[in-house]
This record gives sequence, C-alpha cells and structure tokens, in this order.
Amino acid sequence: MVQRSGAANSTKLAIGCGAGFASDRLDAAVELVERVALDWLVLECLGERTLAFAHRDRRADPRRGYDPLLERRMRALLPRCRARGTRLLSNMGAANPLAAAEATVAIARTLGLAGLKVAVLLGDEVTDLLAPDTPLHEGGTVGARGTLVGANAYLGCEALLPAIESGAEVILTGRVADPSLFLAPMLARFGWALDDWQRLAAGTVVGHLLECGMQVSGGYFADPGKKDVPDLARCGFPWAEVSEAGEAILSKTPGSGGLVNARTVAEQLFYEVHDPTSYLTPDVVADFSTVRIEEIGADRVRVAGARGAPRPATLKVTVGFDGGFLAEAEISYAGPNAAPRARLARSVLEERMRRVHGFAGPLRIDLVGLRSLHATALPEPAEAEDVRLRAALRAPERETGELLLWEVEALLTCGPAGGGGYRGRIVPQVTTASASLPRERVRTRVEVFEA
Amino acid sequence: MSRRVRLHTIAHARAGDKGDTSNVCLFAYDPRHYPTLLRALEPARLAAAFPKLFRGPIRRYELPHLSGVNLVLENALEGGVNASLNLDGHGKSWSYLLLALEVELLPDEPDPGS
Repeated sequence: MVQRSGAANSTKLAIGCGAGFASDRLDAAVELVERVALDWLVLECLGERTLAFAHRDRRADPRRGYDPLLERRMRALLPRCRARGTRLLSNMGAANPLAAAEATVAIARTLGLAGLKVAVLLGDEVTDLLAPDTPLHEGGTVGARGTLVGANAYLGCEALLPAIESGAEVILTGRVADPSLFLAPMLARFGWALDDWQRLAAGTVVGHLLECGMQVSGGYFADPGKKDVPDLARCGFPWAEVSEAGEAILSKTPGSGGLVNARTVAEQLFYEVHDPTSYLTPDVVADFSTVRIEEIGADRVRVAGARGAPRPATLKVTVGFDGGFLAEAEISYAGPNAAPRARLARSVLEERMRRVHGFAGPLRIDLVGLRSLHATALPEPAEAEDVRLRAALRAPERETGELLLWEVEALLTCGPAGGGGYRGRIVPQVTTASASLPRERVRTRVEVFEA
Repeated sequence: MSRRVRLHTIAHARAGDKGDTSNVCLFAYDPRHYPTLLRALEPARLAAAFPKLFRGPIRRYELPHLSGVNLVLENALEGGVNASLNLDGHGKSWSYLLLALEVELLPDEPDPGS
C-alpha cells in the first residue's frame, strides 16, 4: 500500500449533502450550512439523462450546458459557505464545467467574495474517444444506436484529488461517480492511499448513503401509519462525521424535519444496488453486505464494516443519444358510469390512432384511477368514479406526437359524454447507454480561477 | 383462523432503477417475520405473479443481519426511462407492487405489530 504524500490528519471530517438530484431543495441546503460546521458541502445534481440534456443545451448555446439552477444555488450558498469555512463540491458543471466555473466566479464577484478560488475538473467528456464500432454494454455499437449527443466517463478520486489539494473553496466537475464526490475529501483529509481498499470501501458507503440527499434522512420513506416521518415538509439534508478509520455517524440538520434511523439507512444502502457484495465505482469494488447499521442516538446512526477489493480496470462511460419525442395527452371522466365512459374513450382513441391514422408504434393508454402505474402487472378494476385517460407514445418526429394530442383533445366533442380537463405535452427525449474505456485513455486536468 | 396478510403489514421496501433493471430491497419490521418475507419473495413465484412486467431473470440477495432481501429484476421496467411509456418509467412504485403481495403467516410467527 502506498501512503500518499501530505500528512494524515486524525481529526474527523464533517461532510454534508445539500442536493441529491438536479431539482432538489435549496432552503434545506442553506439550513444545513448554517446549522452544522461542515468541512464540505456536496451538491450532487447530475443524473445520466440530465447530462445528456446538458450536452444538447451546450450545442444550442456554447455558454450553457451546465446546471440551470447553478446561479441560484451559488447565490444562496457561496456567502454562507465562505462565512462558515465550508468548501463546496458539485457536479453542476454538467456538460460545460468551464462555463460553470466562469459563471461562479462572476457571481462571487457580484457578491463581493474577492479572492474566492474556484477549481474545475476537466476531461470527463470522452465523446471524441468513441468510435462508431465502440461496443455498448446493452449490446450493439455506438454507431448503430443512433445520433450521439455526448459521452462522459465516470471519474473517481484520483482525478478529483488535485482539485481538492489546490485549496479551492469551490470545486466544479462534470461526470464523477457520485460516491467519489464524498470519498475524495476523505482521502485528502486523512491521507488514505488510493489502494487502501478497506477505507475506500468504507468511505464509498458513506458517499453512497449521502449522495441522494434526503433519501437517507426521511425522504422517499414516509408511509403514514407504518413509517411516519416528523415534519416531512421541513425535512433536513443529511451529513456525516467520518473518522480516519472510515467509520461514520450519519445525522441530519439539527432542528429540521425528517428522520435518520436504521430503517432509512438500510433502505438507502441498497438503493440502486445490484449484487451487494460487489458495488463498482472508479475507486474500489465495495462489499455492502457486511455493513453494520447501529442507532446510537436520536437521528444518529453509526455505519461501519464495509469491505473493499481492487478497483475495476476500466472506467464506465455513459453515452447519450437523441431520443426523439415523448407525447402525453390526458382527459378525465367523473361521476356515474365514469369507468365505462373512460373505457369507451380508450377504444375510440385506439381505433383513431391505429386504423384511421395507421400509427404502428408503441402506444400506451392508461386509465388513471382504475390502474395505471401497475397496469402491466395487475388486472383493471371495474369501477371508479374519477378516471383520467392518459395516452403516451414515442416517435422520432414531433408530428406524430402532435397527432396524439389532437386526437385526445378531439375527444372533448367527439368522444363519450362529460369528458373534461384535457392536457397535452410533447417533450424532446434523450436516451443513454453504457460503454467502457481504459483508464489511461481518459486524461483529466484541473484549472483554478479566482474571483 | 387465517392469518393471510399483505407484505405491507410486515415489511417496508424501496425501489431503484438502472436502465431496464429494477432493484427492490425489502426488510421485515420484525426479524421473526423474515422467513415469511423470504417465502413470499421466491424469484419463481414473482416471475409467475407478474409475467408481463418481470420479463427477465430475477436474482435475490439475502441480507439476514438486516432481515432484508435485495431483488434484482432484469427487463422489468418496460424498457426503463429510455423507452417506457409507463407514467412511472423508473419503477419507483414497484416497491409497493411487491408490498401488495399476500402471504400466510406461519403458525409460530407472531401477529404483526405484537
């Protein structure tokens, strides 16, 4: 094992999560920074499809392509982070980290935060390293799949460390593996080696638990009467106190709503995990099956016991493709005989789309209130007195979507009695697939700006 | 007296997605109901219960120290967010689809909440 340079520090690291997805709350992030003396605040805002959409934004305007909420989040958080000595790390750079850094510097200047250092991690975009014959994990090749919009490698701690060691108060990235956003500050603080698999696994568990924000502190959990969560409307973001050994105590903003207990942690530990003994990141292969979860106080849970194995040889790449259009249209029926009227509307719409217009692609028509989300799995009940017909299709061109909207709206006067509440929308889509690249082909670098 | 209950009575669950693969982790509230949870979540039984939805292999990982089970359901998201026409393209609600399954409590198991 190679100890990295820089003195290991034995004190604990306080690291919090102030966003677990692009549309996460901002007021709760402000509360976390104000009420907890954090070393680091991490904002994880970049889903796979979010990044694919960001590539399209950048293509339309080279100054865009980073998180559209970056300005609002930075305005609220930068002054507070600076006042508290909390460093901010986020993947809001999305498809354009350089522009995100420039925007952040500009905001810092308008806020009077002279001298604020912003580091940006570059090199995750690998669109130019893919070839038409690059194989996809899902089968097929990049070239055969469709129109490429952009490709990004999941970077890990090794790439992030120079940004952290630059001392910058703000670090912006594009694609980095979500747990690595939390693990890298631990490595830097404690001087963990890049092949200290046990500690890297321990820190990865902490990152995995924090990366989805409130999903570990009461969000995505409440089930009234079964799993009650206090004051869910004021749910607090989570944070962890991490020791040099990689043990962590998970908690949330003091005085906030929400809940951190063994159940919220257990549910989140296996969220989007397949084989619990083999969770792959760019940094380590972590075994979650040995993790111990222990309640040690109110909203305080100790997490320890992960095991680690050497990191994968390759980096995972997410490849975004143009996905055509998703069209959705809805109309409602309520009161006596609502279900039969809604079923009649469904059969009319099917005949119009299939026979009159000859649409042969996938078309789904749900009757919300009878059965919708689980309609493929379960039979449709006979009765309900408030039913919403919801039709959806995907098509490469917008015109087919417009046809669906037209036909559903026409049900107002041409369909069953009492139909009301028509809505329709057409949204451009992206799709994603995965590929792999050898680590050495992905070259990263860090640039530092000053306000 | 029948002691047939929905899994929702004895367990809690969370669903996540990756591509067209869903994973649902479920945990018994009371470790004494863990054997029943395992019995209810036999992969073959799940495949037979929802053949049109769960169209691929089902892997089950047992987590006995947490009275838990992690189910990995391949080709179970109608194409996933890339392709699904389901309102819930992520299958966030698959947790509650499974919690609606009914199961008979064993004679030596306690009543729920006792």
